[in-house]
Amino acid sequence: MNPNIKRILFFTVLIAFWYTGSKLEWWLPIILPAPEKVLEALLTGFQDKTLVYDLIASFKRLAIGLGLSLVIGTGLGVLLAKSKTADETLGTVVLALQSVPSIIWLPLAIMWFGMNEKAVIFVVVLGGTFVMTLNIRVGIKNVSPLFIKAAKTMGVNGWDLYKRVIFPAAIPYVVTGSRLAWAFAWRALMAGELLSTGPGLGYTLRYASDFGDMALVIGVMIIIGFIGTIVDQLIFQRIEKSVLNRWGLES
Amino acid sequence: MIKLFIEINHVQKQYADKNNHQVDILKDINLGVNKGEFVSILGPSGCGKSTLLSIVAGLTPATGGEILVSRKRIEKSGKDRGMVFQQAALFPWLNVLENVIFPLKKEMPKKQAEEQAKKYLQMVQLSNYLSHYPHELSGGMQQRVAISRALAMNPDILLMDEPFGALDEQTRSRLHDQLETIWSETQKTILFVTHSISESIKLSDRIVVMGIKPGVILKDIKVDIPRSRHEHKKEMVELEEYIMGFLKKEIDKVIREELTHES
Ligand SMILES: Nc1ncnc2c1ncn2[C@@H]1O[C@H](COP(=O)(O)OP(=O)(O)OP(=O)(O)O)[C@@H](O)[C@H]1O
Ligand SMILES: [Mg+2]
Repeated sequence: MNPNIKRILFFTVLIAFWYTGSKLEWWLPIILPAPEKVLEALLTGFQDKTLVYDLIASFKRLAIGLGLSLVIGTGLGVLLAKSKTADETLGTVVLALQSVPSIIWLPLAIMWFGMNEKAVIFVVVLGGTFVMTLNIRVGIKNVSPLFIKAAKTMGVNGWDLYKRVIFPAAIPYVVTGSRLAWAFAWRALMAGELLSTGPGLGYTLRYASDFGDMALVIGVMIIIGFIGTIVDQLIFQRIEKSVLNRWGLES
Repeated sequence: MIKLFIEINHVQKQYADKNNHQVDILKDINLGVNKGEFVSILGPSGCGKSTLLSIVAGLTPATGGEILVSRKRIEKSGKDRGMVFQQAALFPWLNVLENVIFPLKKEMPKKQAEEQAKKYLQMVQLSNYLSHYPHELSGGMQQRVAISRALAMNPDILLMDEPFGALDEQTRSRLHDQLETIWSETQKTILFVTHSISESIKLSDRIVVMGIKPGVILKDIKVDIPRSRHEHKKEMVELEEYIMGFLKKEIDKVIREELTHES
């Protein structure tokens, strides 16, 4: 059976169960509101534009945060790949930082920047940067020595060697790094928004919860999950697949 | 006196082993090559053939001696010496045409570079694959692209390190013919490293046989069989047997060494 058909069937059954359970009051609406209530909350949200503003605000922070982390991550990655000393010192710090969830920086960020936009963006940047750094580092270190030798016999040296051979050869790692950076940044953003001020999807999620608007809570959660899946599956995994294939890295 | 085109004078190479002792890999290598000559370097695995070629290419510094090309000492890699490796080493992010244009990019206008690249791709009969990517080609086709890439920058010298080692017998034999044609058309000087005695007899003017531990030149054999050589099977077989007998001693030496190392 076509996997898409399987998926559609699966979700139909799931929603049918959700619907029936709600109708027959197997659980209280405050625990899990009925699907049509959730849909209604979403529609209202989009009609009065609050969710639209939330989406715009969240994506703005994500774009700035992720953009910064990709740039900083690439810079750091190149540094770690090229300088043994940097790798042995800063590299250890990067590994340590990568192993903790970036949201733990929020209290500190609020002290530094105040309870605002900047604090959240800071957490998003920290979320994405290090995984990008590590990928770029490995990507550059793994460039086949054969490519470098071949380029040298063709008279390509110095900065040209970077521009024309080493960076292009590392592109699969750039793509993987970006995909992971996006995933970490997205999680960091939601966590940051839950704990700080709005507008934003995370903020609205907490706000709805504070006011007992469970339909909106579920609605926003669905939006968050939906965006995460779409970006990862439809954008990044596709690019990654075609790049890996062309670079001959896939079996 | 005939002026030699490539002069390899007293070249030495040492590497540090795991106990930090300097080990002689190449010891006092002397070799002269005339312009337009096709010279094969033959020897058991580990005797330093690739190292020698890499020194001539300017990719590895020698620890002693010097290499002159047209009387000028070479210091680093350069476009006068094109190299073809055992693995095609094509850049996977570029298509066939772009790969061959790669060495020409900063040399000439785009249009001219494209013309020149196409010319050499035609020479290896790959004109129909210009926009294919390396992963879409067979190993033999990739190696042909690599050869035309090395030729495209029009080097005087072509260095080839077991370029056909990873290919099947038929493909290899076809490429031998193509290489021979290209060589006679372009008048390149070729240094060709190989394990295969028959390959070296089929292709070269001279065969330089190397021995192992340390790498030295044992014999320099002129191949006096007229081309095209497949019409002279008998002479080829005789020469092959002669070289085989000669090399056997060296290979036995390697095996003995390895056995004593294991025990
Ligand atoms: N970078 C290096 N460091 C230390 N030893 C090396 C290095 N490169 C090569 N060697 C040693 O030099 C010797 C010769 O190597 P080389 O690759 O030139 O042999 P080869 O004749 O090309 O062998 P093959 O036919 O298997 O390709 C080997 O014993 C190898 O272990
Ligand atoms: Mg070799």
